[in-house]
Order: sequence, then structure tokens, then C-alpha cells
Amino acid sequence: MILMVVEHANGKLSKSTYEMATCARELGREGPVTALVLGYATATVANEVALLVDQVLVADHAELAQYDPEIWSAAVAQIASEGDANAVLIGGSRSGREYSPRVAVKLDAPLLEDVVSVVSTEGVVLAERYTYLARVTEKVTADAPVVVITLKQAAFAAATSGTQAAEQFDVELTLPQRRVQITGKSLEKSSRISLAEAEIVVAGGRGVGSAEGFRTLVEGLADVLGAAVGATRAIVDTGWRPYSEQVGQTGKTVQPKIYIAIGISGAVQHLSGMGKSKCIVAINKDADAPIFKVADYGIVGDVNQIVPAMIAAVRK
Amino acid sequence: MRILALIRQVLDAEETVRIRAGEVDLSASKLVVDTMDEYGVEQALRIRESGVDAEVIALAIGAERNREALRTVLAMGADCAIHVTTELALDPIALSKVAAQVAQQEKIDLIFCGGQQADWDSHALGAATAERLQWPQATWVSALEIHGQTLTGRHDAEDGSEMFSVQLPAVVTTQQGLNEPRYPTVPNIMRAKKKELRVVSMESFQVEPKLKVIGAEIQVRARLHKILDGKDASAAAAELVELLRNEARVIA
Ligand SMILES: Cc1cc2nc3c(=O)[nH]c(=O)nc-3n(C[C@H](O)[C@H](O)[C@H](O)COP(=O)(O)OP(=O)(O)OC[C@H]3O[C@@H](n4cnc5c(N)ncnc54)[C@H](O)[C@@H]3O)c2cc1C
Repeated sequence: MILMVVEHANGKLSKSTYEMATCARELGREGPVTALVLGYATATVANEVALLVDQVLVADHAELAQYDPEIWSAAVAQIASEGDANAVLIGGSRSGREYSPRVAVKLDAPLLEDVVSVVSTEGVVLAERYTYLARVTEKVTADAPVVVITLKQAAFAAATSGTQAAEQFDVELTLPQRRVQITGKSLEKSSRISLAEAEIVVAGGRGVGSAEGFRTLVEGLADVLGAAVGATRAIVDTGWRPYSEQVGQTGKTVQPKIYIAIGISGAVQHLSGMGKSKCIVAINKDADAPIFKVADYGIVGDVNQIVPAMIAAVRK
Repeated sequence: MRILALIRQVLDAEETVRIRAGEVDLSASKLVVDTMDEYGVEQALRIRESGVDAEVIALAIGAERNREALRTVLAMGADCAIHVTTELALDPIALSKVAAQVAQQEKIDLIFCGGQQADWDSHALGAATAERLQWPQATWVSALEIHGQTLTGRHDAEDGSEMFSVQLPAVVTTQQGLNEPRYPTVPNIMRAKKKELRVVSMESFQVEPKLKVIGAEIQVRARLHKILDGKDASAAAAELVELLRNEARVIA
């Protein structure tokens, strides 16, 4: 079977689960596409994913309410072994990328990490992934009876749900003790559209001048466009914006239809998180700023003059 | 306490990537210690400097050039270094087999590893090493304290950050925000030359690569480069918005 580990949050399937279903269907390995739901009070999630796959395995336990890399990897490896899985698909989320290596070691399987395409022919899996801070696309192969694959977010099309619901089975798991205690959380939930899923992203860098400048310029433009907001590390480090908005090597990777960079120089580490955007727009006063090299459109000028004029033009 | 810092030597981020015959060619490029790994070295040194009786050991696995990276880390202040030499290109799952064995041989209590490698854009080495040792892991750690055998700190999760607590032995993967790595000073560079850098052959570890890289290319997306002069701000802004609406059709 092809095993996919369902990603869900707040009682809903994440977009990545639909992407995994597409990947599983087109992978070219044998057997039913099997979704594994791990969590607590997951009935709606299980029902939703049943419309995407051939069968659903459900482990719905109070002790799975809080994610843990050791518990998750143990559960996934157990199900993969028992079901003789030939591929294990895991989301390219932070947690997916954190526990998937443990699954690969447990199964003595190769790990194809954060792939943007993957296909199996005659037992050999060929995948493409971005490397060198997303500047290079490498082709890698793995020749093994079972492979563990994490999928880059937004790289695969979302599958559409069918009308026939697959059968659901409860599974018994032998889980390890939790060794990492989570003693507190600080959620950086913003009321805005999520960065990873937004079609339009307006991002600001040091060129916006201050936290207040970010609010009037970046958030101001984002508001009239219905966009998510992003930030560079430089301004996250100064505390103008929360880390959850950081785009780049150590922040989020986004691939929107349009990315508007305001007062951003375009450092390699920043480009690595947004360089695959379909259309890139840059506003910067320095005509030689590297961001212009990757821009489709841009204006050389002072953000304090250009951006308010853009807000006015969009409103018109 | 014995602390192991996993070190990877990578292309300097400012350098252009060169491809030759379908492979990334680093032979003429400037290579540096992965910044992500430096955070781990720095944290290990701070633990030692805080009065904990600790020894900091750096480990690199790979081609001979990695010794330069280890010398840098020794100059930062690590006590000794181990270089496992191999010309094989090993994926992180294969590398973790070596790292875990070295950790056992060296009776390590705490391992630091960068949260993401700047060459393979991988997050896997720390977690895979932890699994092989049957240790817990804390990843993307941005604050860390140690009290006896207990590590507490903050790390990034899916939406925001979490405070955690875990007992040693453990693997910690590091990232920005944890600290500011120090630069090696000239006297320390001199001192580092006398520190132990042990070279170990790969053979004893019995490692096979799990993956094969069969091609690499730099995909440059063709960009339009329509850059307007912003001297007249409102005219430029109006033209840009018009282009985005009617030419690119990316905004409403
Ligand atoms: C290991 C590592 C990981 C990193 N990860 C990330 C990451 O995930 N994300 C990230 O973003 N960075 C990351 N960085 C940092 C990165 O190298 C850059 O330092 C950072 O992206 C720069 O941010 P910036 O563009 O806001 O600032 P700057 O580079 O200072 O650029 C500011 C720009 O604003 C322009 N400007 C100034 N005033 C005006 C004005 N009035 N009008 C118009 N333009 C103006 C300037 O011309 C300049 O181009 C990382 C670095 C390292 C070493």
C-alpha cells in the first residue's frame, strides 16, 4: 500500500493532505492509497479524507492530541510495516520534516525530503527537490522496497474529493513514552490570510523604516489587495514583526501568484523562500538591489512615496 | 558532560552555484561552516563557559577539505575535532549512521546539529541521528538552558513557538535567534592549530548511500524585468497597478 499521513489542524484537513492525495495517486507504486489519521477527536477529518483515498486507518486517542516526533514516527513506522507499505508520504510541514527522518531510520528506508515531483518506475523512485538554498533543482533516485517521502508544500496540485467514501478502520498502536514535555505555547495567530496558502503576498524589509512604516505601507497595501503579509529576517530580528511572518531560508517558503517586496534587498536567504513566486514585484530606492534581478515588475523609488500612491491606485 | 557538534562545510551563501556535467561543482568555490551549525558550536561553548564541566567535540564527515571547517570550529573554541574521511556523497540518513556511532564511541550526552543544511536544504540529520541513538530531539531551537540533566528552551513549531523540557541525552537542532556565533580571534586561530584533529577512516562505519543524485540544474525563471522610474511616484504607481491588473492579471 501507499501510506499517507494526514495533516490536519483545528478539525480540518490541511491543504497539504489534498496535495498528498494527488501525489499518492500518481506515484506509480502498487496498492491502495491508504490515509492514516493520527490525533484526538478526528472523526470529521477521517470522513473528509475518506473521499480522497481507498482506505482510511484511524488512531483517535487522547494521547495523540499533542504531536510528538517520537510518538508520530513510531505510529507511522508501525502501520507502514504492518501494512507492508512501499511508500510513506508525509507533509513538508515543520513537524513532517521533523519526524520523517525517524520513520526512514526505523524502516531502513531512503528519505526523499521536500520533493517537488516524484514518480516510481520499475521500483526506482525518481524525485526532484530544491537544494543550495533553493537555487538548484536536483534529481535524486532511490531504489528500495519502501521509501519515505516528504512533499514540498504547494508543489502538487490539490486532489478533488470523490463522492464515494472509503472504508475506515481503527488501528491499535504501541506508542512510546513522551520524552519531550511541552510546557507552554505562544501562538502567533494573526487574523490575516495564512502566508503559506495566500495567492497574494505583500512583504516588507528594512526599507520600510520602522514598525509603524510596516503597518502603514505593507499592511496598508495588503489590506486593499486582500493579501497575506511577509517580512525579512532583518525586521523580524529587530522585533518589528513576529517570526511567523518571516519568509526565507529559516522562515516560510511561499509560492504565491504575486509577491510584492517593499524595501527588501533580495538576499539569497530571502530569495530561497520566495524566488519561485509566479510574479515578483519590487519597490526599492536602489536600482542595483539584487531583488530587481528576479523581479518581473518594479519601481525604483522611495517606498514612502510609491506605496501610498499604489494603495491609492488600487483603490481607484 | 560531552557535547558533540555536527559540522557541515557548505558553499558560502554569497557565492554563485556552479554546475558541471549535471553536478554541483564546488571545486572553485568558497566554502564555509554552515551558519546553522555555528549556532550549535556557539551554544556548546556557552554551556562550557557557564561553568558546566563540558568538553566540546566537533565532527565532520566528508572530503578532506572539511578539515578547514573543523579548524575554524576549533578556533571558535571547540576542544577537539574528529574528521571521518570519505569521498562518497552521503545523504543525511546515511550520514546519521556515522554520527550516531561516533556519539556512542565518544560517550556523548548532547548533540547539536544545524536545523537545515545549506547545501541539501535538509532537516534530517539531527532527527535521524537521534533515532539511531534512541534519543529524544528538540528541533529548531531558538533558546536553550541547561540545569543538571535537564534541557529547557523554546523551539519553533507549526504556528508559533513552544516551550519544552527534556532530559539528556538528547539531540538539539539549532537556528537563528539562539545566539550570535563568535568569530575566531587570531590567538585562538594559532591555538587551534595545536588542538587534536583526529582523522578516522569511513570503512569501520559500514555506510551505504541511500540516494543517488543523478542530475542538477539551475532553473532560472525568466523574469520580465519591467522596472519603472519612480521619480513621479503617482504616475509610476498608477502604471504599475495597471500592468499588474491588465498585463500580468495577478490582482483584481
Ligand atoms: C543562516 C541565515 C539564514 C537567514 N535566513 C533568512 C530568512 O529566512 N529570511 C530573510 O529574509 N533573511 C534571512 N537571512 C538574512 C539575509 O541574509 C538578509 O540579511 C536579510 O534578508 C536582509 O533583509 P532586508 O532586505 O529587510 O534588509 P536590507 O538588506 O538592509 O535591505 C533593505 C533594502 O531596503 C532598501 N531601502 C531602504 N530605504 C528605502 C526607502 N526609503 N525606499 C525604498 N527602498 C529602501 C535598500 O535599498 C535595501 O535594498 C538569513 C541569513 C543567514 C546567515
